[in-house]
Amino acid sequence: MNRLSRQAVLQKITARFTDSISVPVEPYGLLTFETSSENISGVLRFLKEDKELQFNYLTDITGIHYPEKALSIGVIYHLHSLTNNVRVRIKVFLNGDNPVIPTATTLWEGANWMERETYDFFGINFEGHPNLVRILNVDDMTVFPMRREYPLEDPNRVDKKDYFFGR
Amino acid sequence: MSDVKLVEAPPGVEGSGFFATSMEKVVGLARSHSLWPLPFATSCCGIEFMATMGSHYDFARFGSERPSFSPRQADLLMVMGTIAKKMGPVLRQVYIQMAEPRWVIAVGACATSGGIFDTYSVLQGIDEIIPVDVYVPGCPPRPEAIIDGFNKIQELVKDESLRRRESPEYKELLSKYGIL
Repeated sequence: MNRLSRQAVLQKITARFTDSISVPVEPYGLLTFETSSENISGVLRFLKEDKELQFNYLTDITGIHYPEKALSIGVIYHLHSLTNNVRVRIKVFLNGDNPVIPTATTLWEGANWMERETYDFFGINFEGHPNLVRILNVDDMTVFPMRREYPLEDPNRVDKKDYFFGR
Repeated sequence: MSDVKLVEAPPGVEGSGFFATSMEKVVGLARSHSLWPLPFATSCCGIEFMATMGSHYDFARFGSERPSFSPRQADLLMVMGTIAKKMGPVLRQVYIQMAEPRWVIAVGACATSGGIFDTYSVLQGIDEIIPVDVYVPGCPPRPEAIIDGFNKIQELVKDESLRRRESPEYKELLSKYGIL
């Protein structure tokens, strides 16, 4: 049961952040909008602490890489209001050369490992994170494997010669 | 009643009341029929090994009565399954903790070559970090294949010179892996 409709959420958000967010869209019924790294902290804090909205649960933080775009690295937040049973998705696109974004650990302790994972795979620096080190990959890894410029396959593989596959 | 077979005595000189052969052959024979395996099972090949250990395939009849879950008392490291790069140092440490003489068998495509996991996070064969004696192909190999690989290890053990572990070739092999 939706206690708060998406339209009501939409109105509250657009009323509060007219200039600092993109026009919200609803692909597959999931309220989605973009904002910038300067505004993300304020947006997240408002969504969490607003008495009516109560987006109190951070479902996920993840990254995305579009190498052809000017702002090539994206950070995506999924928030869930457990009291209102409504979800929202926020995207922030950053400069690929030095992607920096403020941490969400000040709002949700659970953001700690999510941001470490996003750093591990995309090399996004979360400013203010208490311990931004790799979490899933080996510590001595030098690349950020989910970025498109790094090959998915291991270079040490010896038995996969191209001519076996007609390449 | 089952027909109990004894292993054949190694070639030697036999007379009334005595039998003489070389120490090496006796030790090799004894070792090969008393290999304590350390199962390092990480995925589906480990399930096949469980079947191999069970009553139907009865791994114990080859002298591996006791799977040793401590590397210090194990002779044979059986690596079964995908070894992620993060698991690599653990596997290496287990190998280092084993006492000489020690043998390694890589069971299945993943332990041998990385298998289908041709990706940045998976070790492309455990021979990148430790020396391997026998490779068992298959994805996963059947228990018969694992037993066949084990029999190959037994042959190696039987014919191994007692001095092999002191040889410069062996030391060079280990130093190539940064062990010793």
